[in-house]
Amino acid sequence: MSIGIVTAAYIVASIFFILSLGGLSKQETARRGNLYGISGMVLAIFATLLGDHVTGYNMIVIGMAIGVVVGGILAIRVQMTSMPELVAILHSFVGLAAVLVGFSTYLDTTAVFTSTEKVIHDIEIYLGVLIGAVTFTGSVIAFGKLKGLLGSRALLLPARHWLNLTILVVCIYLGYEFVQSGEISVGMKPLLIMTVLAFIFGIHMVMAIGGADMPVVISMLNSYSGWAAAATGFMLSNDLLIVTGALVGSSGAILSYIMCKAMNRSFISVIMGGFGTKTSSSSTGSEDIQGEVISITAADTTELLNNINSMVIVPGYGMAVAHAQHPVSEMAKRLQANGIDVKFAIHPVAGRMPGHMNVLLAEAKVPYDIVLEMDEINDDLPEVDVVMVIGANDIVNPSAIESPDSPIAGMPVLEVWKAKQVIVLKRSMASGYAGVENPLFFKENTRMLFGDAKASIDQVVGSL
Amino acid sequence: MRIGIPKEIHLNESRVSCTPDEVKKLGLLGHSVLIEHNAGQGAGFLDRDFESAGATIVDSGPDLWDQAEIICKVRAPEFSEFHNKHEAEWLAADKTLISFIWPAQNAELMRQMSESRATVLAMDSVPRISRAQKMDALSSMANVAGYRSVIEAGQHFGRFFTGQITAAGKVPPAKVMIIGAGVAGLAAIGAAVSLGAIVRAFDTRPEVKEQIESMSAEFLELDFKEDGSGTGGYAKVMSEEFIKAEMALFAEQAKEVDIIITTALIPGKPAPKLITREMVQSMKHGSVIVDLAAEQGGNCELTQPDQVVSESGVKIIGYTDHPSRMAAQSSQLYAANIRHLMSDLSPEKDGSINVNMEDEAIRGATVINRGDITWPPPAPKLSAKPATKPQSTNAKHTPEKESVLADRGWTTLAGIAIGVLAILGVGSVAPVSFMNHFIVFVLACFVGWQVIWSVSPALHTPLMSVTNAISGIIVIGALLQIGSPSSLGTILALLAVILASINIAGGFLVTHRMLKMFQK
Repeated sequence: MSIGIVTAAYIVASIFFILSLGGLSKQETARRGNLYGISGMVLAIFATLLGDHVTGYNMIVIGMAIGVVVGGILAIRVQMTSMPELVAILHSFVGLAAVLVGFSTYLDTTAVFTSTEKVIHDIEIYLGVLIGAVTFTGSVIAFGKLKGLLGSRALLLPARHWLNLTILVVCIYLGYEFVQSGEISVGMKPLLIMTVLAFIFGIHMVMAIGGADMPVVISMLNSYSGWAAAATGFMLSNDLLIVTGALVGSSGAILSYIMCKAMNRSFISVIMGGFGTKTSSSSTGSEDIQGEVISITAADTTELLNNINSMVIVPGYGMAVAHAQHPVSEMAKRLQANGIDVKFAIHPVAGRMPGHMNVLLAEAKVPYDIVLEMDEINDDLPEVDVVMVIGANDIVNPSAIESPDSPIAGMPVLEVWKAKQVIVLKRSMASGYAGVENPLFFKENTRMLFGDAKASIDQVVGSL
Repeated sequence: MRIGIPKEIHLNESRVSCTPDEVKKLGLLGHSVLIEHNAGQGAGFLDRDFESAGATIVDSGPDLWDQAEIICKVRAPEFSEFHNKHEAEWLAADKTLISFIWPAQNAELMRQMSESRATVLAMDSVPRISRAQKMDALSSMANVAGYRSVIEAGQHFGRFFTGQITAAGKVPPAKVMIIGAGVAGLAAIGAAVSLGAIVRAFDTRPEVKEQIESMSAEFLELDFKEDGSGTGGYAKVMSEEFIKAEMALFAEQAKEVDIIITTALIPGKPAPKLITREMVQSMKHGSVIVDLAAEQGGNCELTQPDQVVSESGVKIIGYTDHPSRMAAQSSQLYAANIRHLMSDLSPEKDGSINVNMEDEAIRGATVINRGDITWPPPAPKLSAKPATKPQSTNAKHTPEKESVLADRGWTTLAGIAIGVLAILGVGSVAPVSFMNHFIVFVLACFVGWQVIWSVSPALHTPLMSVTNAISGIIVIGALLQIGSPSSLGTILALLAVILASINIAGGFLVTHRMLKMFQK
C-alpha cells in the first residue's frame, strides 16, 4: 500500500478517535463512541500492517493473538469494584510498551539522520523511554495499592523532595551524555541507567501518595501514558501516534485537574505526597471530642425509612469495598416502590478513580437519571428527609466549610448535614483519609449505623 | 433604639407591623418598642397584649413619630385626612423608616423623604437572594394572598372543594386552575389541594414544573417550547405565538374548571390579559375567578379592582387587599420579616443599628441613606434557575474575587506569552520535519482539551478505560519495529505488541461492558 493511502487511513483513524471521546459526552451516545474507537483502532492497525515497512507477520499475529486473549480475559473477569486496578495495570502496559519500543528504535540502525535531526531523534527516544518508565512503575505501584498488596498510606521518606530532585538532575545529565554518544554501545549505558532511575522515580512518586488521592494519581498516570505514546510518535515520526497520545494525554490532564479541584488541592501538593504531612501530628491530637455519637440499629433505620417522602444516598469508597452496590440498588427500588423519591448524590472524588461510583451504580442497575452530581443536588439537600451516607467520610465533612483551619477547608463537599436526618453507615469511628475528625457524626440530626455496609443494608432491605 | 409602630391610616388597612411576640424578640436585640394606641386592633392584637410584652403605648400618631427613632410601618407614608398632614412630614432628620415604599411608583414621596435627611429602608426592595429570604415581605404577603384567594373563592363558590360519596349521592370534586406558580400561585395550589380540589397550574417558566408537581397539582404543559424565566425568579413577556397557544389552553380549560385563580404579573408592566370575556362566558354557572393581579389591571378582562362582579353567573373577585383581609396572619409574618431585618441591622444586639451598605441585603433595601437617594441599588446577583444557581455570594467577598479574577487574567496572559515564546524557541532550532509533527501534536492537544471537557462526569471511568484502549495505538510503533535487523530489537518490539494488544482488547471490551450497564 502506498504511503499516501496509509496516511489517509491514519487521518480517518484520528478522526474516529476524536469522535470516540466526543461520544462519551452523553450516556446515549457513549456506546457509539466506543464503536468509533474500535473502528479507528482496526483501521490503523490494518493500514500499518499493509504498509511497506512491516515484516515478520507470523510474530505479529502470534503476539497480537496472545495480547487479545489476555486482554479479553482481564476485561471479562474484572469486577466493577476493581475497575481502578484494571485501569492502573493497563496504564503500566502502555508505559512498558513505550519503553520497549524506545529501546527497539534505538537499536534499529536502518534509519539514518543528519546532525540536528539525529539530536532531536535521540532526545525523543530518551524522553519516550523516560515517560514510559515512570508510567510503568508508577502504575504498577498504584495497582498494588489499589489491590491492597501495598499499604495505602503514604510512604514518606526523609528528604524525599531532594531525592526526586537528584534523580531529575542526574537524568538530565545522562540525557546529555546519551545525545553526545555517537554509537549505540556507548549510548546504551546512560539510557539504561536513566531507565532504572525513572523506574525508581515512578515507584517513589506513587508510594508517597495516599489512598484517597488515587483518583488524581490514576488520572495523572492516564495522562502520562498518553504523553508516552505521543513521545513514541515523535520518535517514529508517526502522526497518528502523536495525535492519539496528545488526545489521551490531555484527557488525563483534564481529569487530574477536575479531581484536584474537587478536593480543593493543587496538583503539585497531591504529587508532592500525602495528606497529613503537617496535619496528622498537630490536628488529630488537639481535636477535642465534639459531642456524643448517637447510633441506630438497622431495624430502627427501616422504621425511619417507612415514614419519609424523599431520600438521597451518598455512596463512597466504603460501598465499593463492601460490595454493597447491589443491596443499595435493591433498597432504592423498594423505597421507590413505596413512593419515596430516591436520588443518588456523587461527589467527584468519591471512590478511587473518576466516575467510579457511577459505574458501580450502573452495574447494580440504578437508572442513571436519578444519579446526580454534587453541584446538581447540593441546593436541594435541605429539603430532603433522609440522607444515607454509605462509606463516605471526607466528602461529607462539614468542617470543609465551617472551620477555616481544617486541613480540608475549602474543599467542595456534599452538604448532607442540612438534610432533616442523616444516617451514616460506617464500620468504626476511625477518621477518614485526610485524618480529620468529621463533625457530621456528632451533629444532632445524625445517626450512626455501625457495621459492614453490605450486611446493614441487607438487613434494612430484608425488613422493608 | 426606640422603635415606633404607628397605626396604619390607609383605608381598610388592618395589618400592623409588629406583634406582641416580636416585641419580646426586638427586646432581645436591645430595642424598646412604642405602639400607637389601637395600632394592632384590626389584626386582633390588643394594647394590653403589647404592654404585657414590654411595649409602651403612645396615644397619638404624631407623638409616636416624634418619640421613636425607628418607625416600622406596613404601607408607604401617605396623607392623613385626620391630621391634615402627610406622614412623611413627621419623618424628622436622622430617623429611620422601614416600610413598603414602592420607590418606582412613588417618586414624589421619595423626593419628599430625602429632603428630610432621614434613612428609609423599603421592604419591597429587599433583594431576592437566599440569605435575605427571611426578610422578604413580598413573598410573605404573596403567600397570604395566595392562600386567601382560595378562601375567597370558597366563599363565593356554592359547592364543596372535595369530592364525596355520601348516602345521598355523589359530589364531584371542584376543579381549580391556577395561572402563575410564583409564591402566591404555589400557596394557592397548596390551599386548594388541601381542601380536596383537583388542581391544575400553568406557568411560563418550565423550571417550576417540579414545584407544582411536588404539591400534588398537575402542570399544564403547552406543546410549545419557550422559556419564560426572567431575572429574579419573575416571568418575562412571551412571544406572540406563545401567548396564542397559551390562550387556547386557557379557553379549553375554562370550559372544564370551576375556579380560576390568576396570579400572572410581569415586573414593571401591566398584568397580561389572559382570561377574555368569551372564556368567562364559557365557564359553568356558579364558577368563580379570583384575580390576584387586579391592582395591576387584572389578568381577566372583566376584573374591577376591589369589587366582586358577576358575568353570566360567574363571579369575578378583584380584591387588592387579600393580605389585609387576613390581618392577623399577615401581620405576624410581616412583623417577623421586619424583626429579621432589624437583627441584621443590629449585629451587636446592643440596641444600636448600623446601616451597613456593604451588606448586599441591607444595601438593596436601603432606598434613602441620610437623605441620599440610593435607589435603584446596583444589580444584585440573582439566582433564578436551580441549574445555574451561583453559590450565594457575600457582598464583602465580591471585590476580592474580582481582583483574583483579574490576577488570573494576567497569569493566563503570561502563560500564553511563555507558551508562544517556547514554541518559537523550539521552532528556531528544530528542523522542518520535527516542526511538522509538532504542529500536529499541539493541535491534537487542543482538540483533546475541547472534546474532553464535554464528557459527562458520570462517564469518567469509561473515559479512562477507552483512553486506555486508544493509547494501545502504541502497537503501531511496535509493529514498525518488529522487523528491525537487530534481533534484540525485534524481541523487545514483540513484547510491546503483546502488551499493547492486551490494552486494546481489554480496554475496549471493558468499556463496552461498562457502557452496557448504564441505562435509564
